[in-house]
Amino acid sequence: MSTGQFQLRSRLRGATDVAVTTLAILATVVVVTPLVAIFAYLLVKGAASLNVDFFTHVPKPPGELGGGMANAILGSGILLVLASAIGIPIGIGGGIFLAEFGRGSKLANAVRFTADVLNGVPSIVMGVAVYGLVVSQQHSFIPFSGHFSAFSGGVALGIMMIPTVCRTTEEMLLMVPHAVREAALGLGVPNWRSVLSITVRTASPGIITGCMLAFARVAGETAPLIFTALGNQFWSTSLNEPIAALPLQIWVYALSPYDDWHRLAWAGALVLIVLIVLAVSLVRFVTSRGVLKGTS
Amino acid sequence: MHVEVKVPEIRLRQAQTQPEGRSGSEKNPAQAPRDGHSPVRRFLLSRGNSAVADRGFHWLMVLCALSIFGIVALIVWELLKGSHLAWTSFHFEFFYKSYTNTFDGQTSYWDPVNGQFSAVPFIYGTLVSSFLALMIAVPLAVGVAIFLTEMCPRMLRGPLAFLTELLAAIPSIVYGLWAVFELVPLLRVHVNPLLTQYLGWTGLFKDDNPTGLGFVAAAVILAIMILPIISSLTREVMTAVPHSQREAVLALGATRWEMIRMGVLRNARIGIVGGIILGLGRALGETMAVTMVIGNTPEIHKSLLSNGTSMASVLANEFAEAVSDLHRSALIEIGLALFIVTIIVNALAQLLVWAVTRGAPAEAH
Repeated sequence: MSTGQFQLRSRLRGATDVAVTTLAILATVVVVTPLVAIFAYLLVKGAASLNVDFFTHVPKPPGELGGGMANAILGSGILLVLASAIGIPIGIGGGIFLAEFGRGSKLANAVRFTADVLNGVPSIVMGVAVYGLVVSQQHSFIPFSGHFSAFSGGVALGIMMIPTVCRTTEEMLLMVPHAVREAALGLGVPNWRSVLSITVRTASPGIITGCMLAFARVAGETAPLIFTALGNQFWSTSLNEPIAALPLQIWVYALSPYDDWHRLAWAGALVLIVLIVLAVSLVRFVTSRGVLKGTS
Repeated sequence: MHVEVKVPEIRLRQAQTQPEGRSGSEKNPAQAPRDGHSPVRRFLLSRGNSAVADRGFHWLMVLCALSIFGIVALIVWELLKGSHLAWTSFHFEFFYKSYTNTFDGQTSYWDPVNGQFSAVPFIYGTLVSSFLALMIAVPLAVGVAIFLTEMCPRMLRGPLAFLTELLAAIPSIVYGLWAVFELVPLLRVHVNPLLTQYLGWTGLFKDDNPTGLGFVAAAVILAIMILPIISSLTREVMTAVPHSQREAVLALGATRWEMIRMGVLRNARIGIVGGIILGLGRALGETMAVTMVIGNTPEIHKSLLSNGTSMASVLANEFAEAVSDLHRSALIEIGLALFIVTIIVNALAQLLVWAVTRGAPAEAH
């Protein structure tokens, strides 16, 4: 290769390097822009529409100004409490199995794989399954079945929490060093007691944040609620009746023709996002501060 | 008391017969005994007077873990049961059939009132919007991952990773809200006319839709939504590439891009493909944001700017107000098809990602 050719190639390589660097930076800018835009719009529009009424009033009939989403906030709260009551214990139990009992076994690998795949199943399909199980017919062994109800919505969200909680619990438990378990067992503590009050307790900050992450995820879910909880324009605290939920209400209001309802939808979205960002930041804070690191 | 005396003996014997038994198994779980416990722990577990409680606790935890399979079984059972009516009426025709309208001779696919059901426009809409979204998202996501792992100053890395994480945590409905009020008007006024002007000759962009809704809007919002998933997974597999690979390529005199291309991307490609497929899985099943911007018309047009529909969005729109049992059953069958496709896509992605990250050093950064 002559010197000239060599210099040309060398320059070409340098130019490619610069071009790729520029493209990568550009891609990052393009990706960050919509995020900033979404947050900016949410803050501007949502903050302008938020007022005390939003938290204390129920929706007004179409065409009337004012009103709030108090019933939807309460409804979301009820649904999420129910979902957590179903999803968190079962999820943590599954995580304990994966980390403490089934390490390396075929069953544990199968459970892990299924949980990861289940995480990717569309939430609307979960809704259809729970519709079939609870809403569509009267089962004697399932309470509140046979019609749209808050209970069915809570079940749908709870089922969605299980795989997430299960996997994060497992990950956090795996960080607990063996010596801690052996110390407990060495003192004559039964295994179940050692798992619950030593291992799980050591990993509890991580497990709690994992639960919050799952909680935040289902808090924004709309699709599985459309044909389970259905939504409600009025106050309802009964598990036996359709109930309002924040994401459902945002959906209905966003597609309505009324400006005032659009305003309420933005306010609702802001409330939802603040809740979720708080949860995610907390998770990041806890995991990055090394509450668990250093133990492993 | 007895235990305290005996433990060191056991450990000693183990240390003699198996020089690297315990410490080795702790460092490398792959070599651990089948039940994953160290000899000390196994010895301690075999003692004690709480065998009944321990076994009960063990089985309770197994039950919790098995509930994961229970959920899958429940979904499959309910979907099969619900779609039985549609299956017996249409069989496989459901997935390719079209109807001819009696009074205007037009082709139609979905007319619940007249009992005409065919999944064709929904499958078409889901595929078109998902693949369009992948075409937008993949280059951007890989670019972001390259920037974050290889180029980014350490100071920016944390906040940027946090931002992309946040993007993944925003609920679908909020993306939809933003898309309806900000993205769609933006596309309608600025982007769609440009697409028509410069790419109209392909026939794929015909600006005959004054709403701005349609496949392009759905694909853009989908791309924004699946970007964080693809880029965070790509980042993960790229950081799992050992540093020696990078150093070896650099030592041969490569520029940074050549190092990334030969040392990093080539090693991480299977994992990146896994991440892309995982993103595809999300895009296929994404419901709310797509429902809000795709236009919800069960028709097939060549133009990407026209209204369409998708499998998930027809469920969201029509399920609660289904006009007949057959209508509801047909919708559940669409749900079943969606479930099967996403399960396959996700399992494939998971296997690919696992294949790459399993053997990777845990501390690579």
